[in-house]
Amino acid sequence: MSRNLTQQPAPATRLKRLFSNQRTVALLALVFLFVFFCLAGNNFATYTTFVSILDSSYYIGFLAIGTTFIIITGGIDLSSGTVMVCCALISGTLIKMGYPVWPSLALCIVLGGVFGSLNGFMVAVMGLPAFIATLGTMMISRGLGSIITATASVTFPQRRTPEGAFRNIFKILSADTPTGGYPTGFILFIILAIIFGIILGKTRPGRYIMSLGSNKEATRLSGIDTVRWEMLAYIIGGLFAGLAGLSYAATYSTVLPGTGNGFELDAIAGTVIGGTSLSGGLGSISGTIIGVFIMSVLKTGLPFVGLQPHYQLLFTGIVLVIAVFVDVLNRRRQRT
Amino acid sequence: MSDSILVMRDIDKAFAGVPALRKACLDLRAGEVHALMGENGAGKSTLMKILTGIYYRDAGTIILGGQPVVFLNPREAQDAGIVIVHQELNLMPHLSVAQNIYIGRERMRGKIIDDRQMILDARKLFQHLNIDINPASTMSDLTVGRQQMCEIAKAISTDARIIVFDEPTAALTESEVNELFKIIGELRRKDIGIIYISHRMDEIKRITDRVTVMRDGEYVGTVDSASSSKDDIVKMMVGRVVYEEPKTKSSVPPDAPVVLRVEGLKAGRMVKDVSFSLHRGEILGVAGLMGAGRTEMARAIFGADRRDAGTIYVNNQKVNIRSPKDAVAAGISYLSEDRKRYGVMVEMDVTENTTLPTLSNFQTGIFINNAKERASVREYISRLSIKTPSERQQVRKLSGGNQQKIVIAKWLIRDSQILIFDEPTRGIDVGAKAEIYELMNRLVRQGKSIVMISSELSEILRMSDRILVMCEGRKTAEISIDVANQEDIMHAAMLRE
Repeated sequence: MSRNLTQQPAPATRLKRLFSNQRTVALLALVFLFVFFCLAGNNFATYTTFVSILDSSYYIGFLAIGTTFIIITGGIDLSSGTVMVCCALISGTLIKMGYPVWPSLALCIVLGGVFGSLNGFMVAVMGLPAFIATLGTMMISRGLGSIITATASVTFPQRRTPEGAFRNIFKILSADTPTGGYPTGFILFIILAIIFGIILGKTRPGRYIMSLGSNKEATRLSGIDTVRWEMLAYIIGGLFAGLAGLSYAATYSTVLPGTGNGFELDAIAGTVIGGTSLSGGLGSISGTIIGVFIMSVLKTGLPFVGLQPHYQLLFTGIVLVIAVFVDVLNRRRQRT
Repeated sequence: MSDSILVMRDIDKAFAGVPALRKACLDLRAGEVHALMGENGAGKSTLMKILTGIYYRDAGTIILGGQPVVFLNPREAQDAGIVIVHQELNLMPHLSVAQNIYIGRERMRGKIIDDRQMILDARKLFQHLNIDINPASTMSDLTVGRQQMCEIAKAISTDARIIVFDEPTAALTESEVNELFKIIGELRRKDIGIIYISHRMDEIKRITDRVTVMRDGEYVGTVDSASSSKDDIVKMMVGRVVYEEPKTKSSVPPDAPVVLRVEGLKAGRMVKDVSFSLHRGEILGVAGLMGAGRTEMARAIFGADRRDAGTIYVNNQKVNIRSPKDAVAAGISYLSEDRKRYGVMVEMDVTENTTLPTLSNFQTGIFINNAKERASVREYISRLSIKTPSERQQVRKLSGGNQQKIVIAKWLIRDSQILIFDEPTRGIDVGAKAEIYELMNRLVRQGKSIVMISSELSEILRMSDRILVMCEGRKTAEISIDVANQEDIMHAAMLRE
């Protein structure tokens, strides 16, 4: 059989192989949904709607980039949603107490990194199952956010004030801009996605993270410090949760303690729809972007065809199951 | 042939247009042990998967007990009395032996499972087969060999007429192998037809009646085991003669420097006291029975497991190895005995697998230079004659021998001077085996040094310049190849305290 392997596959099988790639299927689904809403929706194809799609994608997008790294190691992060809110709450509380704005905002991202290191330490060094370790961190961060704010909501500086300038990182909105403003947060998201896509695909840390997700023991026996690289994946996840917290604060102004639960699941869903395998070793940032966009197109588009936004959940669920089923079918075929 | 219980004739099977079987044939008689042999990728497993209903054939006929049959799924094959005992056992480790045997066919009392009845039935079954296992014990408490016997008992309890054994002895100790052969003898007396897949030549001669050989998906021929020599069968398998002559003289000059010295190594329960030294250009064979602590010793030297005591010197420098990373930095590499679990990343491609320990050599700035990486891997693909369509092929799709070569290539690119090969030819077909031997000889000629752990005595005698024998975690003998013989090695391997 090995001799026959050298034959090139026929064009038909190559086409078939392309369609069996989950990322391709997700991309087709995204294009289909988009075209569908453009044709069927009333006034869907407008600048304001597109901006609204982009706006609703980036903070889940930030979470999802980090989550992709973690899922590729074969782990999971249940804490990113609450860590995101906890970081925003702490940072906002400091601003309210009169600490300088910019360092407090930077601290938001750093704190995310700290939570990420905690997750990484528990998983890579202590050897806890990722599900349990990050479930713990989810509860810790949610509790901590409530304790620090004494369960009071935190409001960030308004856009008009000089302290509110940071909001321009995520959106430029003024009398001169078109309705909806310029979605700078989306641009930041794409830039970071490209950078981290390159880190994952083209640099040593990325290769090691892929490799340990595929076979951790074989990677360790190749002389790779798997503990260090597995931790790195969780730290990246945490930093992105912190950044997501910042963007969340910039978009919604008021952050409530005790919230954040559920965002991590959106991030996981986006990652998985995009073709990242929950068993590790397989995945891509580009796939994750597609997955995240499928969710935000659904969320923004459904009202245009007369359905309430909460239908998004129902449809995302269906897309998630179908996308993963394609992957399962594909693997089953490979094995036989 | 009138007494055939199974005839498979002109079976074709292709995967995505690539033929895996072309006019494959097999003829099995009642009460016969029929060996099915061939290199990896020859089509043995595909043929067996068609027989047991896992795959559906493209063409050809299967005649079972005189009737043409069609199996659409494994269940139908089972119902027709065909069962397979896989190399990897399919058992539920937390259930009891009896529960495992009767899974899916539980003995019931009304709507309640009758565990007591199942234990009684299992006990009867074991008596019948002369197996001494308590049916009430938990499966995970048994050794691999005993678990396999449970699997065989399970096969028989379904009134099987044909049992396929897929490399049953790969994980068994010597005494377990003997027990297995006794059971196979019982089965033969009950007129059950047995198809026996194995790479071990001595077993073929010992227990089989006839041998069918396959090569490249085709039927080569069927011969009587008794009247054909080992060389005849191997020749049929590879189409060329492979000589397995023992080495008689060490090829290491007496003044060769010591590159690795291990003193008083202790690790866990399995390694109690091992000291040895390895010379430049030497192959040090490590012999012993299963459970002698050889793999554990290798893992402790390589830093994969914790070392409780002992000192390691590389080139007369004391080194402190606390992780595989330290070992690799000291120029030691380790080829694991369990390739799938510890050797390769099956989802990743040939290049990614091969350059893992040396990735920093293939960087331009902070980026991995894919072109440079692939060029180097291509060079090793041709140097080790690895059969792969390209350096970007997923490793999952390669045969065991080629996967093994990729693991070797990984360490050759790293230019490790000390190579620990743990069962380097396990599960590898005869042709690839010879290539790996040739490769090892070439490496030591280039001045590298090899510690070779092997459970095959013929391999030890053929490759080693010196032999270290272990038993129960201790070194029990060190024999120079000039005077080594099988008897002495076996004696030392069983030298318990």
